[in-house]
Amino acid sequence: MTQATFVRKEMLAPQEPPVSERGAIKWARENLFSSPLNSLLTVVGIVVVFMLIKSALPWLLHGVWNASSLPECREIIEARYGEGATGACWAMVRERWHQYLYGFYPQELFWRPTLAFALMFVALAPVLYLGNRTVNTIMAGIVTVLTTLALVGVAMAFPQTIAGADAGFGALLVAVVLLAALTAVAWLAPRKLLIFTLLYPAIGFYLLWGGSIWGPIGTLAGFAILVFVYSLTKGQLGVVVATGAGVVAASVWWLAIQSHVTGALHSIVPIGTTHVDSDEFGGFLLAFVIGVTAIAASLPMGILLALGRRSDMPLIKALSVGFIEFIRGVPLITMLFTASLLLQYFLPPRTNFDLILRVIILVTFFSAAYIAEVIRGGLAALPRGQYEAADALGLDYWQAQRLIIMPQALKISIPGIVSSFIGLFKDTTLVALVGLHDPLQGVTKVVRAAIEWKGIYWEPYIFVGLIFFACCFSMSRYSMYLERKLKRDHR
Amino acid sequence: MKKSVFLGTLAASALLAGFASAGTLDDVKARGELICGVNVGLTGFGAPDASGNYQGFDVAICKAVAAAVLGDPAKVKYVPTTGETRFTALSSGEVDMLARNSTWTFSRDNDLKLDFVAVNYYDGQGFMVHKDLGVSSAKELDGATICIQTGTTTELNLADFFKANNISYTPVTVADDSEAQRQYLAGACDSFTTDASGLAAVRATMPDAENHVILPEIISKEPLGPAVRHGDNNWGDVVRWSFYALVAAEEKGITQANIEEVAASTQDPEVKRMLGLEGDLGAMMGLDKDWAKRAIAASGNYGEIFAATIGESTSIGLARGLNALYTQGGLQYAPPFR
Repeated sequence: MTQATFVRKEMLAPQEPPVSERGAIKWARENLFSSPLNSLLTVVGIVVVFMLIKSALPWLLHGVWNASSLPECREIIEARYGEGATGACWAMVRERWHQYLYGFYPQELFWRPTLAFALMFVALAPVLYLGNRTVNTIMAGIVTVLTTLALVGVAMAFPQTIAGADAGFGALLVAVVLLAALTAVAWLAPRKLLIFTLLYPAIGFYLLWGGSIWGPIGTLAGFAILVFVYSLTKGQLGVVVATGAGVVAASVWWLAIQSHVTGALHSIVPIGTTHVDSDEFGGFLLAFVIGVTAIAASLPMGILLALGRRSDMPLIKALSVGFIEFIRGVPLITMLFTASLLLQYFLPPRTNFDLILRVIILVTFFSAAYIAEVIRGGLAALPRGQYEAADALGLDYWQAQRLIIMPQALKISIPGIVSSFIGLFKDTTLVALVGLHDPLQGVTKVVRAAIEWKGIYWEPYIFVGLIFFACCFSMSRYSMYLERKLKRDHR
Repeated sequence: MKKSVFLGTLAASALLAGFASAGTLDDVKARGELICGVNVGLTGFGAPDASGNYQGFDVAICKAVAAAVLGDPAKVKYVPTTGETRFTALSSGEVDMLARNSTWTFSRDNDLKLDFVAVNYYDGQGFMVHKDLGVSSAKELDGATICIQTGTTTELNLADFFKANNISYTPVTVADDSEAQRQYLAGACDSFTTDASGLAAVRATMPDAENHVILPEIISKEPLGPAVRHGDNNWGDVVRWSFYALVAAEEKGITQANIEEVAASTQDPEVKRMLGLEGDLGAMMGLDKDWAKRAIAASGNYGEIFAATIGESTSIGLARGLNALYTQGGLQYAPPFR
């Protein structure tokens, strides 16, 4: 029996990998210098980045925040950093930020769009996070805190306006109480928050435009009539005809009766706030009004169009195809010029049909056509078996769409839908072409027309670009979150 | 509420449209507001300030007309119009008048069916060059690169001028003034051409204004003036004479400050007629006696408006030049108030 002379009892301590196989060096070798071409590209890339930083960084670092005009900015920069130094003149943003955000909205009423913007998030919360109680409450809470800060900030920025009739402390109190109440609702009864979401269009409209309180109430009454007629006739006439009857009844109310009733009510009980004309809207307020309205309205419209295009009914199919193809075949700028110029010729003389409203309607049509095609893609991606299963379960058309088809089709279409929305939101800057004060071109042009800021070039673009980036990036992140959350397969 | 019932208004106006159309003057009076098409933003001529109030040389015309017709220079709704939308906005009735530096040309007058009622600013296209280029006349710009805004009449004027003088140039097209300024300062072009008033404003805001000169040649005629729709002569007269009242006021030495005093003490029969102390000129065009007095009181006479918005005391620093009164060697000349 041979005796083993040496038996290792414990493992050797692992050695460090060679220098070239670990840490930053390994990463660089694998990712930056893996081949001659790659190395060359890396070097060129570094040089380009270096040059960019070298030219832009001093400019950014020399930024001046306190000055009253561009020449003053230049003087300060020269005095600080020597002859020939250049720098950013952020003082322009400091002086004119309110025009970029609110356009020419009356300063003493800035709290109204701010509150409308805050409430938008509260209204969106139950939709975006599917009634998740914790998330909703956190979101509403954050919005409450931020809005309070924003309102205090706005009031401090324009102290002369606090004395105004419906501004200042009262407005702040109303806003905070309202938001706190909504936060409480989000916590206690998350489902009930959806009621607020449904009411939000009327609330937002009223906050932005003001005027008599009876206007939005009258419009809401129209929807109540629609629902009432629908539920009354649904039993006898079926879903489609009942919807049609409801729409007709509501339209009669909106077009013929409402103005008389609300007018009379207003003369009896004149409750209301200062009315703000649409042409005082500008900057991001305008971008959001157009963007959000068009996004919210184009999604349902797009769904209907997509269903219409796949419908077996020839008339509906032809109308949907015609609408989609016509709108998609025309550039957005043409639509905007139609809104601003052509419609005026068709309408009777001296009709004052609000330009922003015209633009919103046509932008919505434009977006709806694209959304319809995106959703049709989602519908086409569903296996036939899903439709057949729905039929086999005995569901009618709308039940099948609501319970089986749409949830899946919409899930597939999320990236496309969000892309369309992001595109639409950025396209709102095109309204500058019809003379509206969009943040990028319109307000910048106004700012540059002031002699003290004439000649300013990059600063407005950077400022507006950053805000647009923040908005679009959040939308894109949200869509990714939603995709992950709704993922049902286990690939 | 006003906005939400727009459909109702729409239906109502469709009915009303059947009735005979009254003149613009009656419309403005009925509405209680003058709708004035202005520039989205042009330094000195028309742009909203930090609190959103429109200011400027062209805007002052809107104020004068509103004061003459409605008695209040603040009763104006300013509709910003772009180069593309301005004439359609006017002819479709969206605005009552345009006061946004539009050049009076034959085809605009006849083909587009506009009426330019007067010329409130005589402009012309000029050149700005770097001083160290050593150029003293536009005719020496042979072979130069020139920054020029696309899609404007200035582009055509430039081509005409170089062709007429048999010299060549390379155009560098830019989208607007601020881009032109940046390109020009960065050395992308030797010269920058646009209307002389625009050049002066651009030069005034350059970091090194002393290194740039505006050449003496003016290569085009750009008579800028307020415009109204063709065919509504009464309204055209109201706008025209509201403007001429401002010019005549300067000629007669009537200012915003002394107008009451002049009205009380003047012996000049023309001033008396104009200010409504004698005769009834206002009634001839459907206004009251004091129309001109209010128009002048709105923002002063022509000279005062010029000095306050674009004149030599402002940072833009435009000289009166062609826009001086005819008595001082310029072209501004108001027909007699008789």
